[in-house]
Amino acid sequence: MRLGEFPRYMLPRLLCGLALIAAVTLHAQETPIAFTGATIIPITGEPIEHGLLLVQDGKITAVGDARTVRLSSDVQIVDVTGKVIMPGVIDSHSHIGGGSGGDSSSPIQPETRVLDSINVRDPRFQKTRSGGITTVNVMPGSGHLISGQTLYLKLREARVIDDMLITMPDGTIAGGLKMANGTNSLSGKNGFPGTRAKSVALVREQFIKAREYKEKLAKAGDDESKRPERNLALEELVEVLDGKRIVQHHTHRHDDIITVLRLAKEFGFKVALHHVSDGWKVAPEIAAAGVPCSVIAIDSPGGKLEARDLNFKTGRVLEEAGVTVGMHTDDGVTDSRFFIRSAALMVRAGMSREGALRALTLANAEILGLADRIGSLEPGKDADFIILSGDPLSVYTHVEQTWVEGRKVFDRANEKDRIYAVGGPGAGHPQSAYLCCFGESFAHHEHQ
Amino acid sequence: MTFSAFSRCLKFSLGALCLASGLSADETTMPVAIHGDMVYTMDGEPISDGLVLVRDGKIVFVGSAKDTFYTADHRVLRAKVVTPGLIDARATVGLSGIFNQDEDQDMLEKSAAMQPELRAIDAYNPRDPLVAYVRSFGITTVNTGHAPGMLISGQTMVAKTHGRTADEDAIKPDAMIAASLGSSGTTSEAGKAPGTRSKAVALLRAELIKAQAYVKKRAAEDESKRPARDLRLETLARALDGSQPLLITAHRQQDILSAIRVAKEFNLLIILDGCSDAPLVLDEIKASGFPVILHPTMARSFGDQENLSMETAAKLKAADIPFALQSGYENYVPKTRIVLFEAAIAAANGLAFDDALACVTIDAAKLLGVADRTGSITVGKDADLALYDGDLFEYTTHCIATLIDGTVYPGEDYE
Repeated sequence: MRLGEFPRYMLPRLLCGLALIAAVTLHAQETPIAFTGATIIPITGEPIEHGLLLVQDGKITAVGDARTVRLSSDVQIVDVTGKVIMPGVIDSHSHIGGGSGGDSSSPIQPETRVLDSINVRDPRFQKTRSGGITTVNVMPGSGHLISGQTLYLKLREARVIDDMLITMPDGTIAGGLKMANGTNSLSGKNGFPGTRAKSVALVREQFIKAREYKEKLAKAGDDESKRPERNLALEELVEVLDGKRIVQHHTHRHDDIITVLRLAKEFGFKVALHHVSDGWKVAPEIAAAGVPCSVIAIDSPGGKLEARDLNFKTGRVLEEAGVTVGMHTDDGVTDSRFFIRSAALMVRAGMSREGALRALTLANAEILGLADRIGSLEPGKDADFIILSGDPLSVYTHVEQTWVEGRKVFDRANEKDRIYAVGGPGAGHPQSAYLCCFGESFAHHEHQ
Repeated sequence: MTFSAFSRCLKFSLGALCLASGLSADETTMPVAIHGDMVYTMDGEPISDGLVLVRDGKIVFVGSAKDTFYTADHRVLRAKVVTPGLIDARATVGLSGIFNQDEDQDMLEKSAAMQPELRAIDAYNPRDPLVAYVRSFGITTVNTGHAPGMLISGQTMVAKTHGRTADEDAIKPDAMIAASLGSSGTTSEAGKAPGTRSKAVALLRAELIKAQAYVKKRAAEDESKRPARDLRLETLARALDGSQPLLITAHRQQDILSAIRVAKEFNLLIILDGCSDAPLVLDEIKASGFPVILHPTMARSFGDQENLSMETAAKLKAADIPFALQSGYENYVPKTRIVLFEAAIAAANGLAFDDALACVTIDAAKLLGVADRTGSITVGKDADLALYDGDLFEYTTHCIATLIDGTVYPGEDYE
């Protein structure tokens, strides 16, 4: 790795820790590490017994059968015989970090960014890593028609939010746009709608404005004098119209689901449906629209009228209809530490094992528009993976280690990490700052 | 064909017939034979290739299926795993309804801090869909009623999950009196009491002192000197004499110790509920002799429950403290938890399989005082059984049928 090629997130670390940190960082980045002997579930292919996973520079460089590969002497070998390795789990809808978007002043606030509100010291970040999650879409709430910009985070060790951001090739920060329909935004106060039809009218009005704004921008071309005044809200919606930002849409009831499909068709935006409690009732329509779904497993139906028919079978029915099925925790609705369990509950109701594991990984990557870099164990993808004690879908299995971009961010064998995995006094407190640069936390995280 | 083979053949075909035809009224009184590759009786060692025979709502035989014959009129069920019907030691199902709308939420009356006179049986809706839902996972008995959230919120009842009427389903209509210490027993509303932990305990003590005086006065020989009946104090009098114990929700260690302190002062039998901080005060809980109905293992770890651990069940077991598991109370989602799922997480976090099963069967039955009727597969007990197609704690296993008093109900439904 040439200097100057350091990913942005590493810069504060280097500045802070200087020689010691830099040395360790380089070590973790440059020495190839081979994890051998585990059953590897690459997601994009059949499971590999006696597998080999080779990582270097934060990327996966090889995946294969450990018995047929000869490793050069500079490779650090980690024997994980008897374990299971799968890609780091991706959560396409979470609220960890206590982030917020819009306030109660209006129902449409695309200009607000979760980025400006996240507490990276929230203990739920480490709990989330302990659940095997390596990438998470942190969303603002669902009480608005458009509640703000979401943020896709890599769960690297972090002191500040910048440490976890994902930068897209065009230099923008990765994230989506949160929208919602159904009952949550139906307050009838402060300009919030009182009915479903009004909800849609408000949203359409806004997207029509955004279209006009986009046309004006296009017409002005390079002539700054002709450009319309900057409008943060419309700028975001233009990104959505341009397909640069995917709409992550909360929706429960069958008719609300169909409404989202109608809107997406009218304005041509990319959308993923979230929750989709009634999805099993309108699976053919969702499939025909080619829209992916992120489903949630909740231990019982109800809690609100729209979720009265929620059922673990949603994953199966959508899968059978040919829909791309991802999953989410909606943490704190469900706990990130039980996310893999959610996939197992979908299998309980008939979803395929492969489909459920794909839902946790590659399908969620597709929902976030990040499938070219995460979601499967393939050479060239980010070295985000987890080491499990056994079958991912068994209650008796634990996540033993979580790795993000070739660095270990959770280790169950470490008592300080373990407390976030199982709970106990201290689990509600923020993790001690990892860098800067002294003492235990550093030692724990770097030398195991 | 030997007699044995002939008999088996008959019962196979009849079993298939019954399953195909679904439930009819006659079948609720039909004798049932349940074959289990493994039968966990919770009353002695597990039996492989076991058989349970049920007649008139009771268990009439449990043992090896080898060389055991039964008549052809039995409905035959087969499962990989057979357990006693599961018991949820603290729930709000039937009071905290599925839709979470004002009209189906009867678990918390907020008009006064202490209302022990509120009976669960007057609010329980056996037809709430969540009752049938938990039953479909093998839960046959619930201690359900008023939720944590007021200093004394009301009573609980022990009911079978048939879903008939509250009176028919209750096996202990006045099981416990639910109280809460800590943040769920106090209010943040200005000018309202109790607003602090100390105030809550002071109010509780004062009320118990009133109840003591009431008991004394009601015992006056001269009838004209007896005070008028007071439902509230009458209920607390039952807490004082131990006939209806206080179930005190306490999560923080100071609240657990407060509960024990009050119990000692008034010589009460109490049950500790929740107990997220139990590992911090294991010795004190053990010395008190009081049992624990532990929080759901997957409960949200916020506020008073921020310290909760998936390993607490194992720690209570190691300390030899009697305990059972609960689904608890949820004001949003999941509107009810499934105690089977909560036990599974305990089993995956240090609690032995048998102990995890015990805390949702026989140990829960003992704690609720219904072990003479349910909680184990024992001849003479109610025919409450749960049938699974594998290790019941595994995520991908299914409950395939539930029996309550010999009536066969369907298991999980994903069609």
